[in-house]
Amino acid sequence: MKAYEFIEASQQDGVALIELNRPAQYNALNRTMVREIVDALEAFDRDEEVRAIVVTGKGLAFSAGADIDEMAGDHPVRLELLNQFADWDRLTLIKKPIIGAVKGFVFGGGFELALSCDLLIAASGTEFSFPEVTLGVMPGAGGTQRLTKIVGRTKALEWLWNGTRITTESALQHGLINRVVSPELLMEEAMKTAKQIARQAPLSIRLIKDSVNKAVDYPLYEGMQYERKNFYLLFASEDQKEGMNAFIEKRKPEFKGR
Amino acid sequence: MYETIFYSVENGVARITLNRPNTLNAFVAQMNMEITKAIKAASSSEEVRCIVITGEGRGFCSGQDLSEVDENMDHGQVLREKYGPMIKQIYQCEKPIIAAVNGIAAGAGFSLALACDFRLLSDRASFINAFIHIGLIPDSGNSYFLTRLVGEAKALEISILGEKIPADQAHVLGLATKVVSSDNWDAEVNQFAERIAALPTKAVGLIKRTIKATAEQSFTDYLEEEAQGQRIAGLTKDHREGVQAFMEKRKPNFIGK
Repeated sequence: MKAYEFIEASQQDGVALIELNRPAQYNALNRTMVREIVDALEAFDRDEEVRAIVVTGKGLAFSAGADIDEMAGDHPVRLELLNQFADWDRLTLIKKPIIGAVKGFVFGGGFELALSCDLLIAASGTEFSFPEVTLGVMPGAGGTQRLTKIVGRTKALEWLWNGTRITTESALQHGLINRVVSPELLMEEAMKTAKQIARQAPLSIRLIKDSVNKAVDYPLYEGMQYERKNFYLLFASEDQKEGMNAFIEKRKPEFKGR
Repeated sequence: MYETIFYSVENGVARITLNRPNTLNAFVAQMNMEITKAIKAASSSEEVRCIVITGEGRGFCSGQDLSEVDENMDHGQVLREKYGPMIKQIYQCEKPIIAAVNGIAAGAGFSLALACDFRLLSDRASFINAFIHIGLIPDSGNSYFLTRLVGEAKALEISILGEKIPADQAHVLGLATKVVSSDNWDAEVNQFAERIAALPTKAVGLIKRTIKATAEQSFTDYLEEEAQGQRIAGLTKDHREGVQAFMEKRKPNFIGK
């Protein structure tokens, strides 16, 4: 396993774990750290043994946002040349399921990272927020787009304009998160969820993610055509034969991801 | 560090004493903030296993200091910025909190006592939901807690009639854990607090959490909360100690972890 400076990455029983590791800074995201997260995600995406990836933060917070010191003096031309958000684009290409286990502060870039996960499990007491407006800027790594696609324009504008601290109750109500669990059990529950997904047929999991993501971007008709192709494709897999035979033979299937 | 309260920790018990005795410990904005800060400190201190809130002098707390109120005051904003955060800090605290009501608890002072887990009342103590007498409504969580404690009908009577409730009557209504003779007040309060501080603190916090879940969640969600709570309690050292002490037929020695 490659050594990282700002994160820790490990894997066990088909589940990979990425932990943001700047707890003294509430896991504020600097550019190297974002690159490391994406590098680790891509490595796990290629690793045949990994079937699900959990992303969390060490310490009290998931991530309190971007490293402000790093960008206080930035200039638009430098930002264009730096093209830092290309790393965030790579994040959208990860094919395996990503489960975010969030707690404490999930602010700014940290919130954008959370919104880039496929499922979110939150410790009770977690607060989500886009406070960029209070610094005279706005989200730049997909915050306005992803939030709006999930909760709709009305709530997105209210929260983005005010930098509102969103509670887990509100986040659950608006479909931002899947579950709220006791803080003490966050990792146990997140790993349980990941293992549950890891037991399913990997190619189904993969093409379901692919198709659901298209539902967000495509018009309905194109989305349905896309879904159909993925549905047909799965009939080329060994796991489809195994799954359907096991059903007919009344036994448990053994999926291999092929 | 604190000007309107005393804060001390001894034998696992954090004591917050409201200290504006000339006003029967009336709230000013600074006192709201200092109580919030003290509860926060006690919540995060490993040493603290029980919190006692009491009043210096004759009274427990007489509610908002009316000399701070003028016609420009936005009452809603004061609640959002001062009383709300204080009551929320108490409500969210997972350590047991005892209101040691030494004298009158009026208005928001009554609300403060209601927000606590236990209410020990001196025989000199009394409650009064005084808001109605100045044309206001009970605030600082008052109706939320009061209705759960005494039911809607009694909550309405207490809030609309605004009559003084002496300690013995408070006990009958279910508003007091216990009424204590003023002669033994300090000793009995300390004894009770130390008894609570010797309990398995994590389990006490989880009991608070699950009982709150009954008010906030559906039955199915409550059952999940309960399962998670028991999982957490099952991992504590105090659980192991409790089981072991039972097998060995001795008294358990809980450390709060």
